[in-house]
Order: sequence, then C-alpha cells, then structure tokens
Amino acid sequence: MSARSQAHSAGRAADTEAPNQMTTHSGHRGLQMEEPLIFEMGSTGRTGVDLPPVPKVANKLGGLARQGDIGLPALSEPQVVRHYVRVSQKNYAIDAGLYPLGSCTMKHNPRLNEKVARLPGFSDVHPLQPQSTVQGALEVIDTVAHWLTTLTGLPGVAMSPAAGAHGELTGMMAIRAAHEARGEARKRILVPDSAHGTNPATAVLCGYAVDPVPSLPNGRIDLEALKAKLDDDVAAIMLTNPNTCGLFENQIIEVAEAIHAVGAYFYCDGANFNAIVGKVRPGDLGIDVMHLNLHKTFSTPHGGGGPGSGPVVMSAELTPFAPLPYVVKGPEGLRLVETEADQAAAGDGGQAYGRMRSFHGQMGMFVRALAYMMSHGADGLRLVAEDSVLNANYVLARLQDVMTPAYPGPCMHEVLFDDSFLKDTGVTTLDFAKAMIDEGFHPMTVYFPLIVHGAMLTEPTESESKESMDVFIDTLRGLAADAKAGDAARFTGAPFLAPRRRLDETQAARKPRLRWTPEAPAEAAE
Amino acid sequence: MRYLPHTAEDRRAMLQVIGVDKVDDLFVDVPRSAVLDDLVDLPHHAGELAVDRALTAMAGKNTPAGSVPFFVGAGAYRHHVPAAVDHLIQRSEFLTAYTPYQPEISQGTLQVLFEFQTQVALLTGMEVANASMYDGATACAEAVLMANRVTRRRRAVLSGGLHPQYRSVVETQSKFLDGEIVAGAPDAQGDEDLASLIDDETACVVVQNPTFFGHLRDLRDLAATCHAKGALLVVAVGEAVSLGAVTPPGAMGADIVVAEGQSLGNALNFGGPYLGLFAAREKFVRQMPGRLCGETVDIEGRRGYVLTLSTREQHIRREKSTSNICTNSGLCSLAFTIHLSLLGEDGFKHLAALNHARACETAERLAAIPGVEVLNESFFNEFTVRLSKPAAEVVDGLATKGVLAGVPVSRLLPGAGLDDLMLVATTETTEAEDIAALGEALEGVLS
Repeated sequence: MSARSQAHSAGRAADTEAPNQMTTHSGHRGLQMEEPLIFEMGSTGRTGVDLPPVPKVANKLGGLARQGDIGLPALSEPQVVRHYVRVSQKNYAIDAGLYPLGSCTMKHNPRLNEKVARLPGFSDVHPLQPQSTVQGALEVIDTVAHWLTTLTGLPGVAMSPAAGAHGELTGMMAIRAAHEARGEARKRILVPDSAHGTNPATAVLCGYAVDPVPSLPNGRIDLEALKAKLDDDVAAIMLTNPNTCGLFENQIIEVAEAIHAVGAYFYCDGANFNAIVGKVRPGDLGIDVMHLNLHKTFSTPHGGGGPGSGPVVMSAELTPFAPLPYVVKGPEGLRLVETEADQAAAGDGGQAYGRMRSFHGQMGMFVRALAYMMSHGADGLRLVAEDSVLNANYVLARLQDVMTPAYPGPCMHEVLFDDSFLKDTGVTTLDFAKAMIDEGFHPMTVYFPLIVHGAMLTEPTESESKESMDVFIDTLRGLAADAKAGDAARFTGAPFLAPRRRLDETQAARKPRLRWTPEAPAEAAE
Repeated sequence: MRYLPHTAEDRRAMLQVIGVDKVDDLFVDVPRSAVLDDLVDLPHHAGELAVDRALTAMAGKNTPAGSVPFFVGAGAYRHHVPAAVDHLIQRSEFLTAYTPYQPEISQGTLQVLFEFQTQVALLTGMEVANASMYDGATACAEAVLMANRVTRRRRAVLSGGLHPQYRSVVETQSKFLDGEIVAGAPDAQGDEDLASLIDDETACVVVQNPTFFGHLRDLRDLAATCHAKGALLVVAVGEAVSLGAVTPPGAMGADIVVAEGQSLGNALNFGGPYLGLFAAREKFVRQMPGRLCGETVDIEGRRGYVLTLSTREQHIRREKSTSNICTNSGLCSLAFTIHLSLLGEDGFKHLAALNHARACETAERLAAIPGVEVLNESFFNEFTVRLSKPAAEVVDGLATKGVLAGVPVSRLLPGAGLDDLMLVATTETTEAEDIAALGEALEGVLS
C-alpha cells in the first residue's frame, strides 16, 4: 500500500515496476480501450444505413440546396456499434455499482419500464394525431396525474414540464400569475441558503428578486429569520423538503402558516420526495405547489443527464393558472386543452398563463413512471420511502465514528457529512471523492449544500442491499483511516485506476475547445 | 417486492445497528399529524406480467403511425431509427449514468457530448453548440433570452412562419421578464417581410426555416438587415433532417440556431422526450445556456473531456446564471449522435434527399385533386395545402378511414382564419402506396 502510494507521489511509476503502470503497443489496457473521436475514424464510401434510391424529381428547394461537404465521417454499422460500446465502457453506472450521488436519487431503473415505453402504441404515436386515435396515450397522462395527485395530496397537476428545473419554472410562474390575477405585484422570493442552485435561478427567470434565508445550526430553516423577512412584498418561499441536508423541515407547518399569513405561496422543491412517498402527503403540510422529478422518485433513467420529467402538483387555488396543455374528460373520452381557444371553449375557469414547451409532455417518461408506480403500488411505494430512509441512517450509523456527520441523526433518505474528519490530514473532500473512484465507487455529491464545509451528501437509495452497503461502508471506513494515518498521497493523486486521471478543468475553461476540428492533432491511439 | 432487496431480517439488523426499534422512529422530524397511518388510495403492487398487460392494453387504444398511411408532422417527424441506436442507448453505462459530474469515470458520456456538439455545429453551420436543451421550443425561448443578454435589448421580432407553439413558449417566458414581442401574422404564403419591424431596439429576429408552413427562405438579406440594426438573427429549424439538403442557417448569417433534434434517433413518443439543439457564434459562447463539454488533458497529458464554462450555470452562479436548466436531454442526444454517425456524410444527405423527393411526389399527387391547392413553391419534406372543406373535418374524417392525413392548421392556430389549411409531411418511411392512399381518400372526402 504505502510503496504504491510513494510511487504515485513520485509521479509516473516506471513501466516495469508495477504491471498496472505498463504501457502497451495498442494504447489499450486489457478491456480498457482508448477510443478516438468518431470524426477521427471516418473515411469516405461507407455507410451504416442502407436507403432506397432517391426518385428522380425536380427539386423544390427554392435555390437553397446545401452546397459542399458537411464534414461527417462515414462508417459501417459494426464500426459505429463498436465505437459506442467502447465509449460507453468509460462510464460508471447504477447498473454497475452503488451510485450515492445525494439529491439525485440514483435508484435502480427497471427494464420493464424500458420495454413498455417502446410499445408502438406509445413510442410510434404523434402528438398531433387526431385525439380519437390517441385515447390510450391520454389515459396514460391522466393515470399518472391521478397517482401523483393522490400521492401528494394536491389536486391539480401540470404534466408538461420537461425536467425538475423546468417544473420549478412552471410552478413559480403559476404563483406569479395567481398574484397578478389579484392585482398584486409582489417582488421577492425567499430561498434558504441550502437550496439547489436551480431555485434562485428559477425565481429570477420569473422576474423575481431572491432574498436568502439563513439556516439554523441544526440544518433547518431559521423560522424566526424567515418571519422577520415576511411582508406583503413576498410572493413565495422555495423550500426543499426533505431539505438538501437530508433532513425533514420539522417546523414546516409553522413555515407554511407564516407564509400564508402574508398572502404568499409555499413552493416546495420535490427533488427529495423519494424519502416520503406514500408516507407523507405534501398537501397535508401546507405546501401549495411542488414539482416531482420522475427521474428521481419514479425511476425513469437519468440517461447521462436527461431526459427528465418534472410534473408540478398544485393546490386548487393555483390549478386554474397551470399552463397549457392539460387533459380533461369529455363526453367522447379524454381530450387535450391545447390552446387558449380550447380553454375558453372548455369553460373550466382555466386562466393558463401560457405554454412551457412544445406538445404535451415527456410521454416516454410517463409510461416508465407509471410502470414503476403500478409495480410498487401504494404498499411498495411506502416501503420505498422507508427503505431509502433506513439505508441512509444505516450508512450514518456505521460511519459516524470515523467520518463527521454534519448534523445528528436521524436523517431522511440521504446523509450529509462535512470535512472536519479530514482536518489536518492534507486531504480534501475532492481528494476523498477521487479516492472512492479507485475503490470502484461513484463519489457522493460533494461541496453541496453550500452551507456545510466540504460537504459530502450521500444517498444510497432503497435499491441497495445491506451487503452492498456494507462493502461501501467498509471502504469508506478504510479510506477515512488511511487519511487519518497520514497516507495523503493515495488521495491527492487519485484517481490512479480510472480511465483518466484528474482532468485540467482550468485549461478547459480558459481556452475552450468545444468541438472537434479537422486541424486538431489526433492524439488518441487506435 | 422485486425491486427492494431487504429481507425482514436485514431490516431488523439495520434498525439494531442504528439503535431504534422501528422504522417510524426515523421519521421523528415529521409532524405526527402528517404521517399517514394508512396506505394511500391506490392499487397495491403488481408483478411484471400484470403491469405489462395493463400498459399494453392502454397502448392498444392508440393508432401507431406505422400502422396506417401517415402524413403528420408540424414539428415532430416519423423517421426510421436503425435498430443499433436503440440497442446502444439501452446499454447500462449510458442509460443508468447521471450528468458527468465526475469526469474521470464519465468519459463515455462526455466524449459523446463532444461528438454531439461537433455534429450540431457542422449541421447548423455554426461555430459552437451546447450539450442539448429540452426541445426545439424551449431552445427557442432560451435563444431570445440570450439575444437580450448579448444586445442588452429586450424586443424580439417573431416571424409568422414560426411554429405557433414555439411562439407561445417564447411569449410565455418573455412576459415574466418584461420582454417585448412583436409577432408577424401567420405567414401561410411564405412571403412576409420582416424588415420594417426591425429597428434599433430590436434584440433579435426569430425565423423558422423551413417555416411552420413548409416554405424555404433565403435569410441572407434578413441577416444583413438585422446586423445593420445591431440585432441578432435567430433561426429555428423544426426538422433536423432538412439540414442535410438545405443551406444551413450558419451559411446565411444566423447568430443563434435552435432546432428540434427529434428526427434523428428519436421516436415520436407522443411529443416527448425530444431534444433541443442550440448553436451559436463562438463570440457569444459565454452567454449560452446549458451544459457545454470541452476538451482538456489529464495530469498525465492524455486527452479527456469535462463539463466546462460552468460559471454560466445555476449550480455555480445561482441567481446570476444564464439559465436555470440542469438536467437536459442526454439520452436523446446520444440517440441523435449514434443515428447521425450511422448515416454518415453520404447517408445523411441521401436521407434528406429521399425525404424531399417523397414530399415532391406527394405534393404533385395532391395538387391534381380538385379542391386541393398546394401553397408552397418551395419546401423540404412538409408543405401546406388549402382544401375546399375545413381541414379539421377532413383530417378527422380520414382518420376514421385509416389515413392520418396531416395536421389541420386550426389545431395550432384556431381563430386565425386558416381553417382550410392542412400541413402534409412525408419522410423516408412514406411509401408509394401511402401517397396513393392519401390521394384516393382526399378525393373521396372532397368530391
């Protein structure tokens, strides 16, 4: 162990010293393939798609036919398949291991969801087909809406938002529309200092000013500080619950009462709904509006950064302001209200403030989420919440003597550590995270929330078995012991064993290279 | 419960380690009155077979595009997606990874994003592109906000050829930020002149090419007018495959190009998830929204990729960020990139030419029908027809006969006096028999 660390701290080890450092003729290392960019592989004269000949017709392109080469490579199907398989192998994934990225809820993605989403009756249906030909698709939207409103205790839902942050925007716009309908031009949104970055960014996109609210030493919002900021200029609070410290806001009902007393609304960031699904209904807590990340609580795949889906549940008071489109029941079945004219004709009192995206929502994600919800049922979803909380508390219990929890337990579905256990070791939170990579784990969320020094937000999710968590926990215990024993080199140089060592982010930002260009020197081996 | 690993014994052992008697002791911070004693009123758990059957039954109530002669477009297009695409995007390493926050173990996603950004830049004829937005409409709204930041103005001129839903999304976002919108009347004939609407207060002009009604427009003069007034030209593309046949916006003076990327790699999916393409001139890169992937090296000098210029983004800049976007359309952009890689240079151009040719054949067939007038002199794979009867009635009537004939313009632009117009779209999936079936059905209903 220490010999290896010394070699690392001295820089690159001699090739003969350790097999791990050996160089190869191909540039590959066993199953770890070095793969060039697809633009560096192409030739001319190949294709991966056979198409019928183009009929001879007089072109109607109005003199705008594209001239010259686009610059795309030409490859056959086996070449393309191999390329993307090799590229994929440089990714960590939930299917491959525990992925404790706090606040992201990296749970198992059932393959049944993928199968049903690909049924031609869902995947091969156009959003603008006559509505008589898509009654099953509208039934999916309506059914998902029913599950979401039942689980949250809020009666209305806007289904169209494309992701969580988009849902935030949708919900906050409803709040502003509701205030304006009463002739009120409130200007401020209260946002706790522990909030996701999307919250203040969203408030600004709605034309509001952000007024931060401090947290208490116990990780909850400071109710007295909040009350001191309340007046009739406050439009809403944006509060995450369970919050980003992994804690339930134990004064949430008092927060709601205080907010409502000045005529403001309670927006809840529902990113962490997984901890309470089936167990607590946000509507019972005084929350007026909340987005749900279907890619978190309801297992739709994260896909390397989307697509997400962010339906927004809302109170009866806010529902009329929900954006277009939405589904209603009519004499001839389910029907979309798509335009202002439709809404006027529907006579449902709707005052939609507008539209958030094209078409009707992330249908492919609705089908997956519905499969997940039906698979779990009311009983299974409650168990999801309980097991996710149980798992996080188990991690907390087994690590609290060697790492430093930011707050005493119990926590909810994620546990937050700070970096005080690394004090005087020469090891930072980032170093600790990178050493986890060498151990075969994706790191937890680091340096978030901002209110905890060197934060490590750890969310095992309910998908992990006790055995899997024990390996994870034992690994972190070992790393914590190494750091305290002065073995800083294995951290500061980490990762040693990943497809890449630490990458120079400063250079990337200073001289951005955001695309391949033909002049670029081809460095990668093939 | 097949997705939950714990046995009763596991749970008991874990509670013991934690030092509590029961799991509810972990929920002590929840106000007691808010904890549900009973299960919510929803069905109980179900096995895979039961769920599969229930959802298959719902799917069975829809008419798949592939089961009928199909000409529906207006911003979403049915293309053939090679089997390899769907196989590759379902690889665990792509499907079940998250945003590449730890680049050392996310080079797979990052390399794909770098390839994607390169492809988008090449297709649009622009210098740089981001790692995707939610869809074409939201990308368009973000482009207007970006133009406001770049020009420090707040008036956007929208073409009457812009997709009505794109226009709605732009207007919705704009009204919350006191933006000003000047919108042209719906331009069914493709002959609008926006020049008179552009002045020294104009932040950007947003046009679509091909337009919502299918017309192709040479944008060079418009670009020159914009630039003379200090405004940006934003070009929206509703059908990404058109970029294989039509002069790209970048070659006609566009400053920002947004597009709906669904056509490549992605199924119709009843409208989502799709992906927005977003490309711009390099000098504006620090005002761009969304994720950007950049090339760099690791400490051993090996090439690698990272998310970069994140000081524009919400997780760093919070209320001062360029957008609130976080998760975007990762897997959809992967599908886009793989499909385009399979097509390659010649294949992509061939696909585009085939789409155009099918539309030419269809337009010729429909123009021969009494009661049908083709409005377009130019188009790519979609055009507008004026019918002798209200288009919505015609479309509904033909649907009962098993032909999905197109989109009545009144569905998206009700009350605009365009009730007799229908959009007709074709792709490489359109067969000669489909065109014949549409022609015959239209003759029947219009006679």
